[in-house]
Parts: sequence; structure tokens; C-alpha cells
Amino acid sequence: MVQLLSVDGTLQTDDTAAEYLPYIEALSHDELRQFYRDMVITRRFDLEATNLQRQGQLALWPPSHGQEAAQVGSARAARAQDHLFPSYREHSVGMIRGVDVVDVVRLMRGVTNGGWDPAERGNFHLYTLVLGSQALHATGYAMGITLDGETGTGDPETDRAVMVYFGDGATSQGDVSEALVFAASFNAPEVFFLQNNQWAISVPVSVQSRIPLYQRASGFGMPGIQVDGNDVLASYAATRKNLDEARAGKGPRLIEALTYRIGAHTTSDDPTKYRRDAETASWVAKDPIARYASYLRGRGEGDDFFTAAASEADDFSADLRHRTLELGVPSTDLIFDHVYSEQHPLMDAQKQWLADYEAGLGGTAR
Amino acid sequence: MTEELPLAKALNAGLRKALADDPKVLLMGEDIGPLGGVFRVTEGLQAEFGERRVFDTPLAESGIIGTAIGLAMRGYRPVCEIQFDGFIFPGFNQITSQLAKMTSRHEGRITMPVVIRVPYGGHIGAVEHHQESPEAYFAHTPGLRVVSPSTPNDAYWMIQEVIASNDPVLFFEPKSRYWHRGPVDFRASASPLHSSRVVRTGTEVTLVGHGAMVNVLMQAAELAEQEGTSVEVIDLRSLSPIDYEPILTSVQKTGRLVVASEAPGSVNVSAEIAATITERAFYSLEAPVLRVSSFDTPFPPAKLETVYLPDADRILEAVDRALAY
Repeated sequence: MVQLLSVDGTLQTDDTAAEYLPYIEALSHDELRQFYRDMVITRRFDLEATNLQRQGQLALWPPSHGQEAAQVGSARAARAQDHLFPSYREHSVGMIRGVDVVDVVRLMRGVTNGGWDPAERGNFHLYTLVLGSQALHATGYAMGITLDGETGTGDPETDRAVMVYFGDGATSQGDVSEALVFAASFNAPEVFFLQNNQWAISVPVSVQSRIPLYQRASGFGMPGIQVDGNDVLASYAATRKNLDEARAGKGPRLIEALTYRIGAHTTSDDPTKYRRDAETASWVAKDPIARYASYLRGRGEGDDFFTAAASEADDFSADLRHRTLELGVPSTDLIFDHVYSEQHPLMDAQKQWLADYEAGLGGTAR
Repeated sequence: MTEELPLAKALNAGLRKALADDPKVLLMGEDIGPLGGVFRVTEGLQAEFGERRVFDTPLAESGIIGTAIGLAMRGYRPVCEIQFDGFIFPGFNQITSQLAKMTSRHEGRITMPVVIRVPYGGHIGAVEHHQESPEAYFAHTPGLRVVSPSTPNDAYWMIQEVIASNDPVLFFEPKSRYWHRGPVDFRASASPLHSSRVVRTGTEVTLVGHGAMVNVLMQAAELAEQEGTSVEVIDLRSLSPIDYEPILTSVQKTGRLVVASEAPGSVNVSAEIAATITERAFYSLEAPVLRVSSFDTPFPPAKLETVYLPDADRILEAVDRALAY
């Protein structure tokens, strides 16, 4: 397992770490500080969104508490030209790529089934709720990048790669296996970023796999590595390395980030029914933010920085709350307008029928 | 310029034209490269357009559809071949939950110009999963378009129209008609994709069907003519959306409608047509709209297919019932 920071925040120097440390040494002071701010903001708005759900403002919220390092590290490792295909818990990845988090909230509130334009949001594609489906979309997209000749030229500043996010539960889906097969067959410039958070709602990873999941990669003919997903530096370095290898024409690869879902699967879930407090506590002790804070303090970061980050996170979540409460109801046109991209007689007829019907009710039409 | 071609060769010519006209068009599927597809519809196309444009995929239908979605997001226009009707179901989730909803989910910011070609239907004496008619599943799914040509000329033109469509289209190919010849007019312009068409005029009963069933309806109409009954036949061509105007016009004239399909009868496309015509032409009808379908069973072993599939006699039995009102 690749680990660059021990649980107490000490930088590792063993042989495995040595291979990845150059990626960290290339980071600026500000970039290292940014990782921390990303994680703190994410944890804060994640709590705010959970509260909003509890107050009836959201239909659902899937919290990412505990997985901040895997997500922030991998997202910061992607280059601007890369395309990222999320599952539905990658809130910080979206934020880092330029998604307005209120757009994620709109999805969870029932205002939209999508939320943002990937082309305008750092090529961060829409959430996919059917587990594993996005792995094939990512692979097809990567195949298209190859057809376009926009990868493998040897210039990491312009060569594109694709990264797909999925979880331990999704590895059992046929679509993930098929995506691994297609990616290998077509030598797709793609990184499969597997967040193993140990639980697929109530089912432990031991039910999904009898071997460590990263070992599956070799069966598909690609390299697979395991990283400490609660170590933001390891997540960053491993993703940076593998994405750059993929964009260099070396083919797809799989990263298994070992992490833990500290919270519930979603706000509809009750983890006390299926897992032991002691297990959760053991992972809380490996908290990604506390670990990274220790590292930064060791580098001389003072209280002012940490206080400012906490304050920034508070402001971010207050703004999110404020704008969530201001969200309206979409126009009924949204039901019909984009089902097809070209004219369709049923859409025209049914949209007109609804307008006439609502007009007949006495001006309730929106 | 008109040429007599079998339907499969007309499709091949249409695919060749689409590949030549637009470099974004890709053909992908199982065995479509050097083999030319198990029905040879893509024969010669890989040699002509190269392995980047026409390629064999791993043997996985969900993988074919799912990667086609990604390619469409990238700006390509993938044309997927599903080898047989009964093999489409491993791709069903990607078609109905992803492909069909992708433009809607993106609120119109992207299009999904993906074509899924499906050889379908019986009459070929094949083993299980090779003779089915699953088109109603897809006609029921918002976001998809569903069409089926019955003639070589329509095959040539409609395959080009669906490839040009920015919406996903299920293109059902009547495989029992692949090797039947008919004129293909390479100069004529295409009919609107989603239009149904009167293919034989008559005055007493209207018959509607699609794909291979159109040929059965024409046989029935000939036999009825010999018995003194004038029958009009409409080739549906498009199952989603359905073009009702020619059917309504015909029913206003004949007052009697029989809708036929190879699919099991319950909740099939014929049921939708029967309901809609009853709603929209109730006072023109002299008899209830009647349906002729296969039975509500799995497709039986092939030695029983001639009993299972509606033939001209089953159509005529329904014509007689309609006339008896």
C-alpha cells in the first residue's frame, strides 16, 4: 500500500514512498495548503447538507465524511484537460473542478436530474446513480480521445486522460468488469479510481470480493495499486503518476484507495444496524484531515492558517444554506423540453395538453 | 438510378454512404469487422473504412452500448450492432436508464446520436433467443426513437436518417427479409423518418404492421382481393413516435382496422395503436379495432414457429371478424 503520511502525519521515507515523493516535492506551499482547505470545506458543507436534509430541505444527501483525502488528492492530481466521471458521492471532486456545490444540492433536492454543464465545469461529468454505469461511459469517452489523437503524443500538458470514480460495491457490477475489459482491449487512457470505503450500504466489502480489489486489475491486464485513501498526499501522488502514465499511452490502470465511510450511506441509512462502533472509531482515529493538519503543523503552519480555513469553511456552508433555501421549483417545461433533442409529436402534444389543463384550472400554470 | 438489392445489401450501401458522408460515424459490435457481421450487413466496410471506424468489440452488449454513450459524449455517432434480438437484454440497463435519459439529464446540453441496429423477428428457424420481437420495450421508453424498415429502399434511406438523428434510435431490421430483393432508388430523397405509409390502397378494411409483418399483410390483402374484399395496407415504419395521420385517414374511409405484429400481444405496439385509434376515430369505426399477434408465450421451438407467428390466414380471420360487425 502506498502511504506517504503515517497516521500521526509523519512523512514516510521507505522505498515505496520514495517512488512517489517527487510528486509531492513538486507541489508549491500554496498547493499543499489548498489540499487542506479543500478537505475542511468539504467536511463542513457535507455536514451542512446533512442538516439541510434533516430539516426537510433535501430529499437525500450522501455524505462523503471520511473520504475527503481520497477525493481531494485524486481531483487535485487531474489536469485541466482531463475528464472525470463521478459516481454520486464525489462532492469535493466536483467542487475542485469548478462545480457550484449548490448544483449538487439541486440534484439532491429534486430540482434537477442533472445539475451542471460538464463542459463548463472542468469536464466533471454528471453524477450517475445506477452503480458502475459511468465506468462504461468513461471508457467510451477515453476511446474517443484516442480516436481524436488527443492523447499519447508525449506532452503531459495537453494529452488527455479520463478518470472514473466508483466504489467497492460497484466492483460487483457487470458494467465495471466490462469497462475494465473494453479499456484494456482499446488501451484507453483511463484511470479507474476505486474508493473502497468498506461498505456498500450495509454489506461489507468481504461480500464483494475475496481478494484485495486492486489485485483484480491484473486479471484484466492492467496495473493495479492500493493507496492509503486517508492520506491526501498518497492519493495525489498515485493519481498523478497513473494519470500521466495513462495519458502517455501506457494504457488503463486501477487505483484502490482504502478509506472509510464514517457517516451513513445516505441520510436514509442507519449504520448502527449493521456495523460496530469500534470499527468506526478505529477509522476515525485515522482521520484524513487531522493527519494532514499534523503534517502541515510539522512544516511550520501556524494557528492563523487553520483558523482561517475553518472560517472559510463556515462561510462556504452558510452561503450554501442560504442559496439552498432560495431555490425555487423548476418550470413544468422541464418535464418535456429535453427528452428529445429534436422535435417529437408526443412532447409537443402533452406539453400543450398540460398547459391547457392548468389554464383550465384557473391560472395555476407556471 | 435504381437497383434491385436484397435488404441486407441495401443496409450495407446505406451504412457505406453514412460512413463516407461523416467522419464521426463509427460502426461497432460483435463480429462486424472481418466477418462482416453474422448476417454480413457490414461486409467489406472495415476493409474500406479501416479499423478505427469499423471495429469489433469485446463480447459484451452492455459494454457496447455504454461505451457508445461515451463516444457520443465525445462527438462521435456510433452505430452499434446487436447480433440478435434476444441478445439486447444484457444492454437493456444502458439503453433504458442511461442512453434514453442522457439528453434529458443534461437538460439538452448534449445530444446522444447513437444508433442500435437489431436484427429481429422470426421465420428463420433458429434456436432460442434468435427470433424475438422486443421492440415494445423500447417504444415504451421515453427518450428513444424506434423504427423498422420493411423494404430494401426504406432500409437504405432509413439507416442514413437514423444515423443523422441527434437522438438515440433503435433500428429494428426484419432479418427474415434480409435476402429479399427490391428496388432501391439511390437518387430519391428520403421520406420523413417517422412517417407511416399506405403501401396498398383499399376501401373495406385497414391493415397495419411493421417490418416483416408488412409482407404478410400484403399476402393477406391479395387473398382478400381474390375473395372480393378490398383491403388497405399501411407500413408503420416508425414505432416511436407513431405517425397516426395515415391510419386515421384510412380508418375514416374503411371503418375497420386490424393491427398485426410478430410480438406477443399483451402490451405491445399494436395495443397502443388500437387504443389511440379508438380514442381519435371512435365515430368512424364500424367494428372494434382487432389485433393479430403471436401468443403470449416465449418464442417456441422453431418447428412450431409457423403456428406461433401470425400468417396471412390469421390476418384474414381477423378481417372476417371485423367485417362481421
